[in-house]
Amino acid sequence: MELLGSKPTRFGFGDGLVELGERHSNVVVLGGDITGSVMTSLFKEKFPDRFFSIGIAEQNATTIAVGLALSGKIPFFASYGAFCALRNADQLRISVCYNEANVKIGGGHAGISVGPDGATHQVLEEVAFLRTLPHMTMVVPADYEEAKKATIAMGEMVGPAYIRFGRSPVPMFTTPDTPFELGKANVVMDGSDVAIIANGAMVWESILAAKELAKKGITARVVNVHTVKPFDFATVTAAARECGCIVTAEEHQVHGGLGGAVAECTAKNAPVPIEFVGVKDSFGGSGDPEELMVKFGLTWKEIYASALVAMERRDKGSSGVRALKEVASYTA
Amino acid sequence: MTAEVNASLDFNTTTFPNKRQSADDLKAVGNEIRRDIIRMLVRAGSGHSGGPLGSADIFATLYFGGYMRYNPADMNDPSRDRFVLSAGHMAPVLYAALANAGCYPKDEQATLRQYNTRLQGHPGRDMHLPGIETSSGSLGQGFSIAVGMAMSDRLVDKSDKRVFSLTGDGELQEGSIWEAAMSAAHFHLDNFCWIIDNNDCQIDGRLPDVMNVYPIDAKCESFGFDTITVNGHDPADLMRGFDRFIENQKNKTGKPTAIIAKTYMGHGVSFMNDKFEWHGKPPTKDQAIAALEELAQMP
Ligand SMILES: Cc1ncc(C[n+]2csc(CCOP(=O)(O)OP(=O)(O)O)c2C)c(N)n1
Repeated sequence: MELLGSKPTRFGFGDGLVELGERHSNVVVLGGDITGSVMTSLFKEKFPDRFFSIGIAEQNATTIAVGLALSGKIPFFASYGAFCALRNADQLRISVCYNEANVKIGGGHAGISVGPDGATHQVLEEVAFLRTLPHMTMVVPADYEEAKKATIAMGEMVGPAYIRFGRSPVPMFTTPDTPFELGKANVVMDGSDVAIIANGAMVWESILAAKELAKKGITARVVNVHTVKPFDFATVTAAARECGCIVTAEEHQVHGGLGGAVAECTAKNAPVPIEFVGVKDSFGGSGDPEELMVKFGLTWKEIYASALVAMERRDKGSSGVRALKEVASYTA
Repeated sequence: MTAEVNASLDFNTTTFPNKRQSADDLKAVGNEIRRDIIRMLVRAGSGHSGGPLGSADIFATLYFGGYMRYNPADMNDPSRDRFVLSAGHMAPVLYAALANAGCYPKDEQATLRQYNTRLQGHPGRDMHLPGIETSSGSLGQGFSIAVGMAMSDRLVDKSDKRVFSLTGDGELQEGSIWEAAMSAAHFHLDNFCWIIDNNDCQIDGRLPDVMNVYPIDAKCESFGFDTITVNGHDPADLMRGFDRFIENQKNKTGKPTAIIAKTYMGHGVSFMNDKFEWHGKPPTKDQAIAALEELAQMP
């Protein structure tokens, strides 16, 4: 798994949207006064007649999108995830999902890596909400290419869909040829000692952790669950059965997101120890993106440590204290 | 009380008293607030220049003209008047006003947007900076919070405490603004003063191009506000607006007051003036030096 440079996932959303616009004349885009930062400005330049500025009114934009969808259009509305997944939560639930309206939402500036804007803009809760909505498809792409493919795929499927993307550049490791199918997790690295199940920016961190574990002779299976809903039960269940323990990693609250989905799946199908890497029930704060990822424990080091703990819990039936001690001396 | 007027990139220690004073003195306070905004933003390397610079005279008049009653040494004093910045992205102007009032050390402004700072990118109540009444940054919400505070003061406590809230003009596109406005009139909140920073700019462009909200004055009036339009860069005219609010409260008119302050985004720095492109970016070091030099010359 090689590093191919870095770009923000929002660029993939913007480029994917333009490609969709070229393929389908009924794709329309609604702006929420931040079209530049969520990259819908690219579509606006190319297809000015199919772009509508709604202003700072996320609830209105979401429900206007429903009206457009019920009239045969494929509307995309994008803003910061804080405002287009949660400000408009009721609209998403009733008007979008209950209607099964063909509305697509692009939620930018997700996670702590938003940086200096601080807690208000660092949405860390929306995956938990969105994956409980019936009919919703929810994607968290790992890099630029995947974001582009996911955008096109969600535009070409029928039904409500949401894509979560970030502000800061993240490592690129997939190519235009890497397979991508909504609802189908990708096994990025194979292994059988521990499964690392991640999405978004945490997939690359998981790869780094797996490479580090390999130095100790531990093979980690890295699974990229880019689609949180519909959830790929088969791939996750297989990872649980074949590895016997799991680490989940996401740039989101540890509660209710990808980790929650993995726990629900394995509790029923293949109960194994799970360690959760993510934001631990707190709000974010201002700072440099990279600094914040470290402060909030969202790097390969936490994944690495959690893998050792998960393995010890599996092997010794203990709480993993010994592994933690070993890791403390390793990462210090 | 005269400011150390200089073009230095460093913060000084001058603070200003809160009392009714001449428009010229308030103008000087506004310009020191502007200089601090530049000093903060160039250090932070991110953040919003346009709105904060454009509303500096509003903050000078409100915090240093005797309208807001507060004790800088105790911003938790329960008898204080309260201000809610609904347009949370404009935090730098509020932070500069509070620093120049002596609510916290002026050199702490240098920490804007850094890890663990009390000066978060958008106001964070969790950081306990004196004078920050609520977290804000999701547009529209602060304004409703302010209405709730005014209800508590006026309807429950039956006090004469005042609540002020500033919104942007793009922010008026949020429907919840009008729900709150309706409530303020419905509950006869003559202790409530709404200030609209009407610079006609938002992120994507001019207001009428993004989503027209005009006429603003007729909307406020029809929602039950006593509405007055003033020049937001002229402290004398701003005082006329705030005086009207004080009169309304004193006379128990039962009507909230709306002050529409006509401003220019980035006012005071010629290369930013009236340019929406300056909504959300900081000056470079060279630009900051040029801006500070220009601001030091301002009358
Ligand atoms: C609910 C919500 N939607 C979107 C944003 C992103 N945003 C921050 S400031 C802004 C524009 C605000 O315009 P205006 O109120 O006119 O302020 P000004 O540009 O004059 O500073 C937007 C869209 C936000 N902070 N909150």
